[in-house]
Amino acid sequence: MNTAVIVFPGSNCDRDLAVAFEQATGKKPHMVWHRETEMPDGIDLIGVPGGFSYGDYLRSGAMAAQSPVMRAVSDAAAKGTYVLGICNGFQVLTETGLLPGALMRNAGISFVCRDVKLTVANSQSAFTSRYKADEEILIPVAHHDGNYFADAETLDRIEGEGRVAFRYAEEVNGSARNIAGVLNEGGNVLGMMPHPERMSEAAHGGLDGKRLFDALASA
Amino acid sequence: MKARVTITLKNGVLDPQGKAIHHALEGLGFGGVNDVRAGKMIELDLADGTSDAEIEEMCKKLLANTVIENYRIERA
Repeated sequence: MNTAVIVFPGSNCDRDLAVAFEQATGKKPHMVWHRETEMPDGIDLIGVPGGFSYGDYLRSGAMAAQSPVMRAVSDAAAKGTYVLGICNGFQVLTETGLLPGALMRNAGISFVCRDVKLTVANSQSAFTSRYKADEEILIPVAHHDGNYFADAETLDRIEGEGRVAFRYAEEVNGSARNIAGVLNEGGNVLGMMPHPERMSEAAHGGLDGKRLFDALASA
Repeated sequence: MKARVTITLKNGVLDPQGKAIHHALEGLGFGGVNDVRAGKMIELDLADGTSDAEIEEMCKKLLANTVIENYRIERA
């Protein structure tokens, strides 16, 4: 599997994500700068990393969503390439329109940075096939704008279609229906606020995040 | 030619910043505040002849996230 990691000015989890991709696939990812207008050939998985792209100006992810590379990411997603957006990457994917909803300021105002328990709501996707349904896993979060919002109709729809991948098993940020990760209609795009790449080595204190990358590598 | 775009959260969307401001006002002893909603204002300096439709497009494509926000355009 060939992978790419998008790099925006202000990305700061791009190298961690590259390490996780390389561990899972055995190959170094292509690091793709935001000004690129095309993806390298033969990419199977694109990572949109965490950080503070463009300083979170206007809204988190809003400027990055307009950068040239995101058109290439959207085109690839439409053709079935896997796209994984983590934290700021999730915000970018909602601003791009690849995923429904929006990520607002945490309900408690504070930046939240700690390990949180998640429940696996869909264990059938390419991203989550190494988890059991309803399994509780531990993955860290680190965000200010992780409060997932969508109107009731959209929430009902994505829940009905099995597109909620993860839920918080504890109160974290005020997210609607405790949603922590959402899939697109095709099941090839996942956005999530928690950071699986920060729970991918024994030294991280757990390996629950690694299983997501291993699942993708064998998808 | 200038236009002013005011962006506010839609009704029913929780506004944590507005809430925090409200609490701070109460903490300062201002008791008569029923609610606070925070938003942002963006001032555009535009070429003469920029149409309303173009400003609308700017709002929809970038300035506001219409999933959660409303916008109001005023020409100055």
